[in-house]
Amino acid sequence: MADTPLIELTDVVKSFGPVNVLKGVNLKAFAGKVTALVGDNGAGKSTLIKGLAGVQPYDGGTVRFEGEEVHLHSPRDASSLGIEVVYQDLALCDNLDIVQNMFLGREETVGGVFDEGQMEREASETLRSLSVRTVKSVRQKVSSLSGGQRQTVAIARSVLKKAKLVILDEPTAALGVAQTEQVLNLVRRLADQGVAVIIISHNLQDVFKVADYISVLYLGTMVASIPKDQTTSDDVVGYITGSKTYDGVNV
Amino acid sequence: MTPTPASPPPTEDTTNLPAEGGFIGSGQEGGLGDQVRAYFQRVRHGDMGALPAIGGLVVLVILFSVLSQTMLGQQFFLTERNFANLLTQAASLVMLAMALVFVILLGEIDLSAGVTAGVALSAFVVLTKPDGVNMNWVLALLIAILVGVAIGTFNGFFVSRVGIPSFVVTLGLFIGLQGVTLIVLGDGGVFRIQIPEFLAIQNANLPIWAGWTMLGVILLVSFGMSMWDRRLRTRAGVPNRTIALVWAKLAVIALAGGFVVAVLSSNRSSSVKVIEGVPIVVPIVLVILWIGTFVLDRTKFGRYIYAIGGNAEAARRSGVKVITIRWIAFIVCSVLAVVAGVFSASKVGSINAGFGTDTVLSGVAAAVVGGVSLFGGRGRLMHAAIGALVIAVIANGLGLLNLPAGVNYIVTGGVLVLAATVDAVSRVRAGGSLIRT
Repeated sequence: MADTPLIELTDVVKSFGPVNVLKGVNLKAFAGKVTALVGDNGAGKSTLIKGLAGVQPYDGGTVRFEGEEVHLHSPRDASSLGIEVVYQDLALCDNLDIVQNMFLGREETVGGVFDEGQMEREASETLRSLSVRTVKSVRQKVSSLSGGQRQTVAIARSVLKKAKLVILDEPTAALGVAQTEQVLNLVRRLADQGVAVIIISHNLQDVFKVADYISVLYLGTMVASIPKDQTTSDDVVGYITGSKTYDGVNV
Repeated sequence: MTPTPASPPPTEDTTNLPAEGGFIGSGQEGGLGDQVRAYFQRVRHGDMGALPAIGGLVVLVILFSVLSQTMLGQQFFLTERNFANLLTQAASLVMLAMALVFVILLGEIDLSAGVTAGVALSAFVVLTKPDGVNMNWVLALLIAILVGVAIGTFNGFFVSRVGIPSFVVTLGLFIGLQGVTLIVLGDGGVFRIQIPEFLAIQNANLPIWAGWTMLGVILLVSFGMSMWDRRLRTRAGVPNRTIALVWAKLAVIALAGGFVVAVLSSNRSSSVKVIEGVPIVVPIVLVILWIGTFVLDRTKFGRYIYAIGGNAEAARRSGVKVITIRWIAFIVCSVLAVVAGVFSASKVGSINAGFGTDTVLSGVAAAVVGGVSLFGGRGRLMHAAIGALVIAVIANGLGLLNLPAGVNYIVTGGVLVLAATVDAVSRVRAGGSLIRT
């Protein structure tokens, strides 16, 4: 691996009481690349992500962001570094429109009063930069959007403020075929803009379609981190279930 | 809306593509025709706002004027005097409904809003009693408002911090505060208020010129805000609605407002003493309505109230201080409820120990009739005000027809259920669910 990773986790550990959920996990994500994080239920994916988001800080291990060691103790720490998480249950307000949702919590104001024009423009520009074509108006209420469009808005929201690392938790779990395709294209474009993307998915077909690297968690340990084109779906299933062991070099 | 099927990338369907260098639509493009069409489309899709309530208001006014003419042989309803009466009768309910909007938008409720006013006004009465404390009435009014702040703080603390359902907390206060009023006022009876300035709020009128000035200020503020919005949008490079809409809006305000002020400016007295002018309470209500709407539409506090009502978890994850916003909303509700109580006490010129015990549910009904959703996240102050007018017109109209009081309750209840049905059905047509917005 040529470049330095945007973010690098080394020997990260986390336990809840007597349960060791993460037992020394290593993970790298690179700018402009999509890293898929796979693993069975209970492997520790969510715990790993929550640590990166600063929601549940890690107990030990080091986190390097752009080569510098950082501490992620709160969501504020994470977002000030440019780490954004798009959760599985989309954090959108149905009763607000697209612009209002994208700017929720960080509205543009002039003297304490909203600058709607400015927000509308930035929202439009962000959606356009992601080549979103299915949204007719940025003033549509989110309740009128389809599942894929909602995911689109959630992702666009995460990159609105120039995020460097975007973490997507099961972005295609509830979507139909065409909408999954849309969202995967969107993920690809996100990476093409130079953002480091970590995507959690149970769907290996999606993973192989969109990811550059695949990292497999098995019972709190990272058992494999492989470039996509050096492995197969069968192998990855083997690593996930623990029936195969990866003995190559990790990324 | 159907998603565009994923076509082969190089030859993508470009019909939906925003024009080169332009933006994704914002619903503000196009001429007057496009805007009107877009509006009707929104209405057809269930985004009716206060339309049903306005329609209901018009129907009721026609109905009562016809009934008055046919049943009583004389027009009692559609007269200058009754119009002014109606406004002063409605003022308190309008205010209470607006107060409740702040908590209803959060998906909460404040059952203690009425009795909060009871406690605050009983404090006011005790403090201003000429043979007692005899405090300056302005100071006493300030203390009454502070009582509202204190009760709102109490409610807000238990709802947002402790996490008790607002129905339970405010029900507890609804019961408990009645006791406080009883104790503060002492043994039963009616406590008269004899402060001329206080009584003037509901019983005196602006000079004629001030009524017209008020209309001028409304037009000026409305015009200024529209132009300010357009300036910001132009600066950001996003499309503005056609300016014809601004003129249309101003024309509607000028015509409707001009009609109202003209009617109120004519002498409506039946005796020698001249009674004319806009009741003083009207500009007070309008100013509070304007400030409240400004805060809800254009500031973070307002936006976060809507966001919490829509999806509290999403708001929290976006960095919204959910606890603080909820807390402040309860304080705002209690303070405005005290103002509603002031209007009510000023109208009758007295209070008794049962003051405010029977008003809160009418306030909730008014908000719902106006199109405010009890599930939170949907509705505007204006909607609540119009809903309150509907309920006030029913009470006023039926009263003039000399029908028994029971009929008033039955009709009001029926209108409430009807309004809720219209709302629910329109949402089903919009493709939403019956249960939530």
